[in-house]
This record gives sequence, C-alpha cells and structure tokens, in this order.
Amino acid sequence: MFKRKTKGEAIFDMFNNFGMLIVCFLTIYPIWYVLVNAFNDGQDAMRGGIYWWPREFSLQNFEAVFQSSGIMTAMGVTVAKTVVGVFVHVLFTAMVAYAFSRKGLIGGKLYIFLGTVTMFFTGGLIPTYLLIKDLNMLDSFLVYIIPAMFSFFDLIIFMTFFREIPDGLEEAAKIDGANDWSIFLRVVLPVSMPVIATIALFHGVYQWNDYFTGVIYINNTDLQPIQTYLYKVIAQSSSNQMMAQVPGGISKTVTSQSIKMATMVVTTLPIVFVYPFLQRYFVKGMMIGSIKG
Amino acid sequence: MRNQPHAEPAAETGAGRAPAPPLEDARKLARSRWLKKLYSQRHLQIMALLGVIWMIIFNYIPMYGVIIAFKEFNIIKSIGEAPWVGLEHFKEFFANDDFTSVMRNTLGISLLKLFIGFPLPIIFALFLNEIRSFRYKRTIQTISYLPHFISWVILGGILMTWLADTGVINKILLALNMIDQPITFLAEPKYFWGIVITSDIWKELGWSAIIYLAAIASISPEMYEASTIDGAGRFQKMWYITLPSIKATISILFILAVSSVLSSNFDQILVLRNPLNESTSNVIDIFVYHTGLQNGRYSYAQAVSLFKSIIAIILLLIANRVTKKLNDTSLF
Repeated sequence: MFKRKTKGEAIFDMFNNFGMLIVCFLTIYPIWYVLVNAFNDGQDAMRGGIYWWPREFSLQNFEAVFQSSGIMTAMGVTVAKTVVGVFVHVLFTAMVAYAFSRKGLIGGKLYIFLGTVTMFFTGGLIPTYLLIKDLNMLDSFLVYIIPAMFSFFDLIIFMTFFREIPDGLEEAAKIDGANDWSIFLRVVLPVSMPVIATIALFHGVYQWNDYFTGVIYINNTDLQPIQTYLYKVIAQSSSNQMMAQVPGGISKTVTSQSIKMATMVVTTLPIVFVYPFLQRYFVKGMMIGSIKG
Repeated sequence: MRNQPHAEPAAETGAGRAPAPPLEDARKLARSRWLKKLYSQRHLQIMALLGVIWMIIFNYIPMYGVIIAFKEFNIIKSIGEAPWVGLEHFKEFFANDDFTSVMRNTLGISLLKLFIGFPLPIIFALFLNEIRSFRYKRTIQTISYLPHFISWVILGGILMTWLADTGVINKILLALNMIDQPITFLAEPKYFWGIVITSDIWKELGWSAIIYLAAIASISPEMYEASTIDGAGRFQKMWYITLPSIKATISILFILAVSSVLSSNFDQILVLRNPLNESTSNVIDIFVYHTGLQNGRYSYAQAVSLFKSIIAIILLLIANRVTKKLNDTSLF
C-alpha cells in the first residue's frame, strides 16, 4: 500500500527519528565512556579528556585485572553461582510447576494458594537473615543457591507454558510405561526450551548482578562474588586494596581508577553479549508475567 | 522420596478391605478411591511437596519471624522465648528524630519516581511505535534495554566517576559557564534525589516500555486505517486510539507501581549513599538495614519494616480502588 506523507508527517518523522537517536546515544554513551577509559593507559587517563577513543591504547589494565588474585577469585565465585544457581533454579522450579500444573492433583488448589500468598507477603530482611543464620548458611556457598532455587513468580510462567503442551505427548509416554519423573525430564522439559531460556536468562542476570547477598551473608572474601567485591571498592572507596593486589611490574602505569574501569568492563561484557540473542524469549516472558502477575 | 512409603500402605489397606455394612460402604469406597488416586499421583505429590516444603521454610518461617517486631528479640534466645513488648518499638520509631527525615526521604523519592518515572516509558513507547522502519525500531528497542541488565554496582561506579568534581558533568557545566566552581554532587544532600531518580529512569526506561509496546502491537490496524481516512494526524492517533487502547495495561502497572512505592530501590541507594548525603539518602530500607543488621537491633528494625509493609498494603488498596472507579480495571 502506497501512502503519501504530508508535510506535517514528514516533519514529525524527522523529529521522532532524531529524538530516538538522542535517547540511544544517552543510553550507550556512559557505557562507551567506561570502555574507552578501560583501554587507555592508566596514568594518561588521569589527565582526563578521554571521551570518544583511547588516547594511549593499553591492555595493561586488563592484564592487571587478570593477574589480581582477589578479582579472579571473585569472578570464579560469580561464574560458579550463576551456573549452579541457574541450573538448580530452573530444574527445581520447573519440577514443582509441572506438578502444580497437572489436572486433578490432590491439594493442587491449596498449594497454589500457599504460593500466591508468598507473592504479596514476605518476612523481609531481618527474619530472612535470622533464618539463614539458623540454617547455618552464613559464609557458605549454599546461601547463593538454596534460598534462590525457587520463585513462585517463575512457577506461574512455567505453569502457563506447561498447560499448553498437548496431552497426547504425555499419554503416549504413559502408555509406554513412563512414570511422572521421566515424563517430566524426557517429554516435558525438551519441548519447553523457550520458557526455560526465559527463566534461565532472568535468573542468570539476577545471579550475575546480585551483590547484596554477598554483602550481608558472606564475610569470607574468598566466597564473595565480583559484584560484592566491586561494591566494596566503589561504595566504600577501598580502592587501595585493589592496588595492593596488583603485581609490582604493572603498577607503574595502571591506577586504581583504571583497574576499576577494566573490572567493570570484564564484569559487564558477558551480559551485554548474551542479552540481544535472548531478546525474543524475555519479551514473551515479561508478557506472561505481567498478565498473570 | 520421604512421602512415598506413607502413601503406599495407606492405599493398600483402603483397597483390600472386606465388604463393610451398607451405610459405611459408600464412604469407604470414596475413601479408597481417593487413596488410589493419591497413590497413582505419588510421584507428582513428591514434586509438589518439595516445592511446598521450600515455601514453608523460606517464605512462611520468615513471615512468622515478623512477630519479633512486638518482642524484645535477642540473638542468643529463640524467637519463641523472647519476651513480648507490645507496640514499644513502634512508639520508639515514631518518637525518634530520624522518623520525619526517613519518611520524607522514602516518600519523596518514591513519589517523584512514580510521577516522573511512570509516565516516561509510556511516552517512549508511544513515540517508538511511530518509527516507520522496522529495523530501526528494533535496534532502538534492543539498545534501550541494555542498562536494565547492568547491575547498580556498575552503574554506581559510572555515576561516581561522572559526578566527581573532575567528572564529565562538571566539565560540561563549566564549559557552558553554568557554574564557576566544580560541584561534588554526591557529597551534597540537595542533589541526591535528582541523581537517584534520573539514574533510575535512565536504567529502566526501555525495559518498562516493553509491556506497553507489546500492548500497542496488539491494537487492530483497522482502527488506524479508519482514522487515516477520517483525516487524523499522528498526534491525534496517539491520543485517541493508541493511548485508550492500552489503558487497561497502564492501570494494572500503575497499581503495581503504587504498591511498591515504599520499596525505594534499596540496591540503588545502598550504592549511591554516603555519610555526606545521609540527610536525604536515608530511606526506610536503608534504616532497617543499618539498625537491624549492622547495629543488631533486630526487633526495632523489624517494627520499622512492618510499618512500611502496612503502609504499602494500604496504598495498594487505595490505588486499586481508584483505578477501578476511573476505568473499571483492577488487580482484584
């Protein structure tokens, strides 16, 4: 269909396109700024004025990051908690959701009611802290995994999806003598990849970005994730600690500020690379969540 | 697996009974049928109960723990043993000097966020929808989500660099001759609310627009075609077609936004706050964290936290009422 634009429409389009360009610029630029500063020589960056491109290109900041034992341990904790956390969360929440989604489950209505209550009422910070303490999970890697392994909100998203799987698939498996466990693992999960990707992305981002769990429950610095490490460096300005861990050979040209920039880049890049590919999944997930939630 | 042995023998005794007197017979039969059904779904029951047990431990036990707000809890004793003190902690909070400033900061930041941060994603979605090129629209959308996926720690780090007295913002303001002396923004209480609200909008604008864009996408194109024939312009279409069509979505999200108004983004403020801006950065959540976990006054902090929850529920009910009256949509 061919439509002629009126003059007013053309002006509107021009301003709108331009306005959106500005929004995009404002969104990307602060991140770009960190990136170019991280790739610039640390001493040189102290003079300021690096806005668009590194003035003295250098990889030393990243070398310093990768040689700092503190940063690498924290990175390892973050990777471990994200991988294990996503695996456990997806499997456990999907399992419960599968059971809840079956028709004729005795007590099903009560179970769903119990879950719905948790979406409106929570104990809050203090009672949760006391519980974690009583469970002996302070200073334990499990505190990242077990309290986060289930979410009723995610269960609803799973349940909505499971209810749409044709019954024929399960009945065929039942006739072949499969029990509910193997139906769940071999039939339901393989056809649910879109919803698994959605929940895995949401939970993965949560695990990767969460710093507060590390702040309140973990004292042992070997168990703190990179976000908690950065929080301590950034918010509590203990950047000297960051310098102290850098091997002597490099520290002439890197500064605490430039290492901070490089650590921020290393911490953020994995997420920035992953999210555009999972876009179509999380848009769907948000929709289900918002309608049901 | 713990529940399996329990279910099995029960089902067998129910099924293998000798014939009973007629009156009890029907009841027994129903019972045995129920047990048979329970037995046939024993695997499903185990899956479901594992979830229920998790919820009891991690949701319901903390809910019970809320009662320490009315007790004098002490870390050595258990919650049950702690003596009751009634509303003592609430009275102390209301009489505390911090009460006014904590409430002012919480409500101030939250209401500003609500009135500025809530409409902006709608406006963004309306204008983004008017972009003609599909690929351009898609690219803008992808870029606009990006900040949502970056943690507040990283964003806090960026903000501190930008807002420092040698930072980019000061350089721009100095170059434009808008200020004579560099300002240390995060050290001055009067800038804190502005910083928190602007950075929150920057982070969540694109993400919050997703739902509106999806709602807009489901509007029938015939409506737009009809209005084009009637000679409607772009702004008229936005105002008379797009906006009314997504009214229900807006109402629901508004109710949700109001109910979380007092949870003034703890993650964000914990990163950006410092002793110098404390007079405007101390919100309820931060206050609870400090008095409770850092100073060990669990009961007092819990009373403050409970006070917050009660107000949040009242706000939710009011918002629900208002939107129901205005346009017949409500959450419940």
